[in-house]
Amino acid sequence: MQVPILKQGDYLIASVQAVLTDTDLLELRDRLTEQVGTYRARAVIIDLTVLDVMDSFATRTLRALAQSLRLRGAATVIVGIQPDVAFAMTQLGLQLGSVATALDLEEGLELLRRQERRGGSHVR
Amino acid sequence: MSDDLRLPIKSDADVVTARQQGRELAARLGFGECELTLIATAISEVARNIVEYAGRGEVVLSLTDVNNSPGIIVVARDEGPGIPNLELALRDGYSTHGSLGLGLPGARRLMDEFEIVSEVGKGTTVTMKKWLPRHTMRFPLSPRR
Amino acid sequence: MKGRGNLVAVSAPAAAATDDLMRELVAHFREQRDTLRREWVEQMKAKGLLAGLTPAETETESVTIYDTCVGCLETGKYDGAQAYATRMAERGVLRGMTPEQILGGLLTLRDVYGRSLFHRYHRDIARLSAALDIYEPVANKILAIVALAFIEEREKVVREEREKLVRQQQEAIRELSTPALRVRERLLILPIIGVLDSHRARLLTEHLLRAIRANRAKVVVMDITGVPNVDSKVANHLVQTVDACRLLGATVIVTGVAPEIAQTLTAIGVDLGRIITVCDLQGGIDEADRLLGYRVIATDPGGPSFQAARAQEG
Ligand SMILES: Nc1ncnc2c1ncn2[C@@H]1O[C@H](COP(=O)(O)OP(=O)(O)OP(=O)(O)O)[C@@H](O)[C@H]1O
Ligand SMILES: [Mg+2]
Repeated sequence: MQVPILKQGDYLIASVQAVLTDTDLLELRDRLTEQVGTYRARAVIIDLTVLDVMDSFATRTLRALAQSLRLRGAATVIVGIQPDVAFAMTQLGLQLGSVATALDLEEGLELLRRQERRGGSHVR
Repeated sequence: MSDDLRLPIKSDADVVTARQQGRELAARLGFGECELTLIATAISEVARNIVEYAGRGEVVLSLTDVNNSPGIIVVARDEGPGIPNLELALRDGYSTHGSLGLGLPGARRLMDEFEIVSEVGKGTTVTMKKWLPRHTMRFPLSPRR
Repeated sequence: MKGRGNLVAVSAPAAAATDDLMRELVAHFREQRDTLRREWVEQMKAKGLLAGLTPAETETESVTIYDTCVGCLETGKYDGAQAYATRMAERGVLRGMTPEQILGGLLTLRDVYGRSLFHRYHRDIARLSAALDIYEPVANKILAIVALAFIEEREKVVREEREKLVRQQQEAIRELSTPALRVRERLLILPIIGVLDSHRARLLTEHLLRAIRANRAKVVVMDITGVPNVDSKVANHLVQTVDACRLLGATVIVTGVAPEIAQTLTAIGVDLGRIITVCDLQGGIDEADRLLGYRVIATDPGGPSFQAARAQEG
């Protein structure tokens, strides 16, 4: 199932669905990379609220995505990771590295706004 | 147990199906949300390895009740290239494909029991078990009161 | 006493004779009740088996036991002994009486009965043998009943104690896993007290993650002053907990890591760099306030009380 991407001001918001195959994820990666350029987006929020499993493939792909978006001048914030998913990720040994995280969409937007007020275009 | 659930694995969509089915089956046994996520994540890892390294194989899910301790058994089986060095493959960070190398060691940490048999040229079988905690103490999602 | 064996297989007329003898024994024990019971009490006293019993208790107890035993001999039924044994075991175990004490008393009584039979029948060995053949199985059975009751009771108490312990532990874990205190908006404090093993670290993390979500916390101050033996294992648990919290967008500040421990951990390769550590709890809260964008105003210059005010942003 294709992940919908919403444009909101300078931001792109991708809301990942419960059923996320590797193909869906790779396709999301490609579309986000492309749209960040097209819309000159300053930041991307990836909302994982309904995602029930974050495995090593998903983590690696999201980390790589954040990195390539940063090279294109956009910050990435991952929001909505559920407590149980976070727990499983750390048990497995997965980390998001330097990718910014926030509790939910609202917090993610707040985080980005705060960063912009401070004058930096990057998160953390 | 005759109600084994055999799931053919040959694409990334099958990986999703396997972990969903695993979660559902484990939920029927009474596992809590947190454990269900651990189980589903472990299944995702071993099923993905099948797609990635063997091309195809199967995941068999079953319930067990040995000595009155109920649990779920996950068997991931393929007839792919096999793993030449298991010790290495189970090490955190070891990957032949430039990946994170956390799939096998991670799945092992997520489950209670983990066993892997592999023969080069013959295939790989991963057997994982998770037991239902005896004193299933559940914390509600929100704090008490 | 060797010759007694050939009397064991009793034929029908012999059975009638046995019955008569049994009645004779019962009558004998009833007649001698006061003498024998007193003798028994004296012997128990001499062996120190009555420790902890008042004279009045000794009186009533000894009467009951004495009569119960004679009753068993008379009726061939052991309900009375069973009931008494259970009751005695309950009380005995509760009071911390040893099996030696309880069984020792009964063994003494057995000897007292036995000796009185010897006195009575020692001139007629065949009759003495027959009398002992009747009396000894009864005495043994009573002993077995009491011993079993005692063991069962002990097991019950041990089991109950174990269950109580498990309950207490679970309760303790529950308590220990729920101390995430919301100090102010967006800020949780988690004082961890006691040993942090992997099981507890797991419960703690699970709970903390949920508390973060429920309280929409952005900063957690985790105070480990109360955790003994902070070694690499404990540190790795902490690192995992901190990582998990970060996935939910919360920053964890760890306080109460003694400098020498921090040094040791770094030396053995624990990546403390990923954790913000601050010396003490107050320092941790100050740091948290700074992260949250609060401005800290001291209301009482001399005192430690602080008032948090949202910093002007812009
Ligand atoms: N079913 C399999 N058949 C053949 N080789 C396998 C199989 N599963 C794992 N391997 C080998 O074991 C190595 C380690 O597997 P593991 O899942 O731990 O890491 P990974 O797949 O490389 O990375 P990650 O799972 O973190 O994305 C793999 O790189 C691969 O060489
Ligand atoms: Mg893998």
